[in-house]
Parts: sequence; structure tokens; C-alpha cells
Amino acid sequence: MELSGAQILVDSLKREGVEYIFGVNGGAAMPIFDALYGETEIKLIPMRHEQGASHAADGYARVTGDVGVALATSGPGATNLVTGIATAYMDSIPMVAITGQVFTHYIGSDAFQECDIIGVTRPVCKHSYLIKNSDEVADVVAEAFHIAKTGKPGPVVIDIAKDAQMHEALFQYPETVDIRSYKPQVHGDPAQIAKAAALIKEAKRPMLYAGGGVVLANASEELRQLTLKTQIPITVTLMGLGAFPETHPLAMEMPGMHGSCCANYAFTDADLVIAIGARFDDRVTGDLSKFAPNAKKVHIDIDASCIGKNVPVDVPIVGDAKSVLTELNKQVSTADIDPWRNQIQEWKQKYPFEYEQKSDKVMPQYVIEQIYEHFSDAIVVADVGQHQMWAAQYFKFTEPRQWLNSGGLGTMGFSLPAAIGAQLGCPDKTVVNINGDGSYIMTIQELVPAVTMKLPLKIFIINNMYLGMVRQWQELFHGKRYSAVDYHDNPDFALLAQAFGATGLRVEHTEDVVPALQKAKGITDGPVVIDFIVDEEENVFPMVPAGAGLGDVIRGLS
Amino acid sequence: MAFRGSGQRTSRSDIIAKKMNSEERHIFSVLVENRFGVLARVAGLFSGRGFNIDSLNVAETHDRSISQITLVTHGDTQIIEQIYHHLNRLIDVIEVTDLSTDTHVERELVLIKIATDNPQKRTEILQVAEVFRGRVIDMKPASLVLEITGDEGKLKAAIDIFNTYGILELARTGKIAMLRGSES
Ligand SMILES: Cc1ncc(C[n+]2csc(CCOP(=O)(O)OP(=O)(O)O)c2C)c(N)n1
Ligand SMILES: [Mg+2]
Repeated sequence: MELSGAQILVDSLKREGVEYIFGVNGGAAMPIFDALYGETEIKLIPMRHEQGASHAADGYARVTGDVGVALATSGPGATNLVTGIATAYMDSIPMVAITGQVFTHYIGSDAFQECDIIGVTRPVCKHSYLIKNSDEVADVVAEAFHIAKTGKPGPVVIDIAKDAQMHEALFQYPETVDIRSYKPQVHGDPAQIAKAAALIKEAKRPMLYAGGGVVLANASEELRQLTLKTQIPITVTLMGLGAFPETHPLAMEMPGMHGSCCANYAFTDADLVIAIGARFDDRVTGDLSKFAPNAKKVHIDIDASCIGKNVPVDVPIVGDAKSVLTELNKQVSTADIDPWRNQIQEWKQKYPFEYEQKSDKVMPQYVIEQIYEHFSDAIVVADVGQHQMWAAQYFKFTEPRQWLNSGGLGTMGFSLPAAIGAQLGCPDKTVVNINGDGSYIMTIQELVPAVTMKLPLKIFIINNMYLGMVRQWQELFHGKRYSAVDYHDNPDFALLAQAFGATGLRVEHTEDVVPALQKAKGITDGPVVIDFIVDEEENVFPMVPAGAGLGDVIRGLS
Repeated sequence: MAFRGSGQRTSRSDIIAKKMNSEERHIFSVLVENRFGVLARVAGLFSGRGFNIDSLNVAETHDRSISQITLVTHGDTQIIEQIYHHLNRLIDVIEVTDLSTDTHVERELVLIKIATDNPQKRTEILQVAEVFRGRVIDMKPASLVLEITGDEGKLKAAIDIFNTYGILELARTGKIAMLRGSES
């Protein structure tokens, strides 16, 4: 049967099992929105800004592991998507971003709302397609989904000219996808895996270092087996939190700039580091010349270009974390490393995450501790800044896909729209959004769809009236010259929430924190926003200053 | 900022030249899908990381659906390894071979237009051209165009000599290369 390109697109998305499309309408995408009108199998979620659409698609993908879909018109609609596409790219999130494009005969003429979005997004997406004919639509969608979710996942952009949306073509959806130039390697080299097992056997001070790749590969179970079988201490990065339960005695918590002293000291003293789906990011390693200087390194990663990029590796293993760990688990046994385990326990006990209760101020860390007490099973979506670090430190994650944050790009404004996507992806879970006053106002408009859909989001603002993380750096490294970080002029977020039609509460005293959280727990017919007015100049510690070695971690200001 | 003993500022090209000397030259053969946009992806991979392309040649192969990119670049071992993996990571790239890791043949073609203001100079130029097995492909009263093929060393020698006669215009294809056949 002949269908319009737009209808073929929608039918193809159905074949891929798409449940939700997050979008904002506009001229060059109108035929697609028209094809979605009245559609019941795929629900169209109108967001208030294309950036919100891309983050919502991203949040949906992070909690479900399925491909998230965002849709925008050409030109400004497409460029507004870019931040969300780049955010997904940096964290390897499967996403398909669809943009309308001007008529093919206008392409290249600086037509109204024309933008070469393929050119703009080239460095921030896994792949992209420009569709000029309706008969290409089905094949492109099938390829795009295949590429987005296999290998190292990532966003794929589909730019589709308006005439290709309107003209009719035969709809035939390909049963299989075979791209001769794209064959991701799944299984690790057995010889390399054997070498890794041998190193584990010899090591006296080994540690596991797991990242977001473990979550993406759905390999948390295998990671737990490896850890429990070998009894080797483990640190899980900001991107991987929950891949291994932080409540377990072997868990050293997050490493790096604001990570635990224990994990950072362990890197400095270890004789073997086994990296799994982690990329030796500069926020983890600190000064590379001082990073794990005594350790042999095993690196398991799906992306060959990630291995040896920052740190020389002794045993590289290219492959899917789930497959490689399954093989490795067959070859390992309990490591004979009691003195090392004791050392780790000593560091853990001596240097826990801690803060000082300052006078009558609400301490931000206390708020997070209480959020954990009341919502320990929730999916937590954090934004970017100090509150993100405190959330990572004081909330104890136990399950993969329980913790969402923009770790790679560090995109302020990510969390509210991502929380919307997460709630739609997991309707039966509680979704907690831990936001900052600066980050929240960057995408605050997405409260509208949350209210419209009556999503029971718990939006908790850690309001220090500052771009706190930047202020912290100014305090420590710029002589307290607080340039462009003072946010005391922000509106009253509780009142503003009410204006949006959500429940809005303001908490200024420590004793009001728990009652407010309890109240939030009881509100299930729509979003609740709690504006926690916290100590304004609290800093995040421990801290490894940029460029210092992990061993030089500052434990606190005093 | 780095200063020389003379008090003169080290120019950026000096720094680059010095760096190039400490690095290895590599020649990659990259087979790609013959589609629009593929070259931009390959080039973007270099520009986005601040890696330089020294020479680039792109053409269809005997299979029209596949193009071959021959690319010369330089860098330390780690950079070359990165380039190799990043090329491989591009969805449209079918195969990447670092030809410099094995014995290979390399050729490039150059067209040189030289002024021949008098018959004696023309005779001299033709003699030099013969040494380099150059072919005359256009001759006018005041100029001629030579075609010369060879590897990098030969072309450099030829260009250096013809430069003394005054080169009016020069165009080169960029290098193409392939592995030598196996012994058996
Ligand atoms: C889009 C964007 N702009 C700027 C930054 C730089 N930045 C990093 S953290 C931060 C402060 C965030 O402030 P807030 O949301 O209030 O969180 P806080 O640090 O105060 O907890 C800024 C401006 C960023 N990460 N993203
Ligand atoms: Mg703040």
C-alpha cells in the first residue's frame, strides 16, 4: 500500500515498539505531527522546548534501556535539540532524534528555517541520515534504531525533508538490518580474558572500577557475581552508580574529584585495576601521571577507541561487558588479599562522606540523607552542580538504572525533562528529581507537561541561591570573586510551582524537612515541588582539585 | 611562551615542524560507503581532535558502491592508534588499513606548469623532465605542462629542481598506496 512518507515514518516507529515521542511542532515537521494526530499506539508528548523533548527521550531511554525518540521541526527546532543530542552522545544513550527539513529543492538556499542539522550534529551523534525521498524512510528508521541501540549505544539523527514526508511510497519494513560497515564486536578475545584472570590471581591489591558501560550493557548481575566471587573491593563511577549496591561492604563508593577518599586512595595504592565499561575520565583520574602508578590495568570496553585513550592499558579487552564478564567469571575465584581488604575497610571507616551541621541552616547533605530515608527505592534524576555530587554521595544506590544524571556533558537543565521521560518509562516507580536552583530554571517550562499528565514527580530543589558549584571554585581558586553566580533574584519556586498548577512547598528550617518529604510522598495526583532553602556557602568535599593527583584529595576545609 | 635565544618568538609553524619530526608518518587506506557526507565525517574526525591531514585522495573503487580514501597523517603512536580506532568507529567505514605497518607501494601524480620564455630554457627543462620520466602533456610558446608520477622523495626532488626554473602552477593528486603482493 502507498503511504505518505510521514505515515511510513510513524508506522516504522510502531514496528520498533516506540511508545512515546517527545516533540515540539513546527512548519517542516507538520506532516509527521499530522500523522501522529489521533494515534493511539504511539503517544505524542508535547514538550515546551525542544531541549526538553530531547532530555525526556533520553530519560526514557536511561530507565528502560529502549530507544528514546524526540521530534522537532527544522532550523531552530532542530538546533534546540542539539544539547540533548550531545548529552545523550556523551553518556552513550540510545536515542533517535527526528527533525523536519525544508523541501529538497530549497536545501542549500538558506531557505526560511533551514539549517544543516546533519552538519551541526555530526560531532555529537553516533550517526545521521538526511532523507530526501519517501521510499528511504522505512530502511533508514530500521538502520537508525539498530545503530542507536547496538554496540556502544548513542543518538542517531534523522533529518527528513518536507516533501519526503508528503510524497507517497510503498511501505515495506525490513525484517532484518545488515550494515556491512557496522559489525560491533560483542565477545572478548578469550586469550585476553585468560590474561585478565591470571592477573587477578596474582594481584595483592586489586580493585574493580566499573562505569556506565555496565549499566548500558545490562551487566550489573555479572558484575555482582565477579565482585562476590573474587571478594575484590569495587568502586563504581558517577555514571555507573547502582550497578553494584553501595550498601555492600566491598563497595568503596564513587571515585574521582568528589569521590570517596577510600576509592581514591585505593587507586593510588592498587597493584591491579580492572576497568569495566569505564573510560578513565579526567574527573575520575585527576593528574594522569599520579593515577594508579603501581597498578597493571585491565580495560574491558565495547569501544576500542576508548581503550588506551587516557591511560596505557596492559590487557585491553574489546567486547560487551555482559559477555566478557560472563566468561571472566568462569575463571576467577576468591582473591587471597585479606591485608588489602582490611586496609580498604580502615579507609572506609576513617573517611566516610561527612559534613558539619552549621548552626540553624538546613544542610543540603541532610536533605539528601532524608530523601534517601524516605525514597530509597526511587529512581533519582539529578541535575548538574553541587546538589548532583551530594546526591551521588549521600543517596545509596542499589539498582542499575536507578540513578540518572548527565555525567559526560554535565548539562544543566537535564533533570526535569529527563524525569518526565523516566516516569513515563517506569509508571510504577517513584521518580525523584534532585535539582539545583540554577539548573531548575533552565528547563522549568517542562513543569507544564508534567502537570498536564499528572505525573507524580517529586521535584526537590536544593536551593543555595547560587550557581553553587561555580561559586565553590570561585571561593577556592578565584579569591571569592563571585562573578555571575548570585541567584538570589530567582523567583519563589514554591509560588511559581503553584502558578504552574503543581503543589509548591518551601522549607527553610531543618525540622520542616521530614514533614515536607512525608507530605510529598502522599501527593500522587501530580508533581510536587519542594524548594529547600539550604546553607548558601556549603562546599562539596572531599575534593581533588583539578590537575592534582587522587592521593592529594582535600578531605574538608578545616 | 617559548622564545628563541635571539629573542625572536618561535613561530607556530616552527613548533609544528619540530613536532612532526618527532612523530611518525602513517598512510591509511580507508574503504567507505560511496555516499554523500562520508568525507565530511572522516575529515571532521581529524578537525575535531586537532589532528592534521597531510595528504588526502578520494575515488571510487572498481566496486562503485565503495570509495577509497587514502590519507596521510602523522602523530605519535597513541594518536595514530586513536585515528585508526576512530576511523573504524564511523558507521560508513568498511575497512581501515594502516599501510605503513607493512611493505607497500606509494604513488602520487603531479602536474607542473613551467614558463619557457626562450627555446634554450625549454630544452633544458625537457632534459630534466626526462631524468624524472616526466611527460609533456601541454606545450605552448611560453609555457609547458609536465606530468610526473612517483613516491614522495622523487616528487620532492623534481619540484625542487623545477622551482629553480620558475613554476607557474602546480597540482598534485595526493598519495595513493597499496600493500605489496605476498611472496607466494
Ligand atoms: C548548560 C550549562 N551551563 C553552565 C554550566 C556550568 N555549571 C556547572 S555547575 C553550575 C552551577 C549549577 O547551579 P545549581 O543548579 O544551582 O546547582 P548547585 O551547584 O548550586 O547545587 C554551572 C553554572 C553547565 N554545567 N551547564
Ligand atoms: Mg544552586
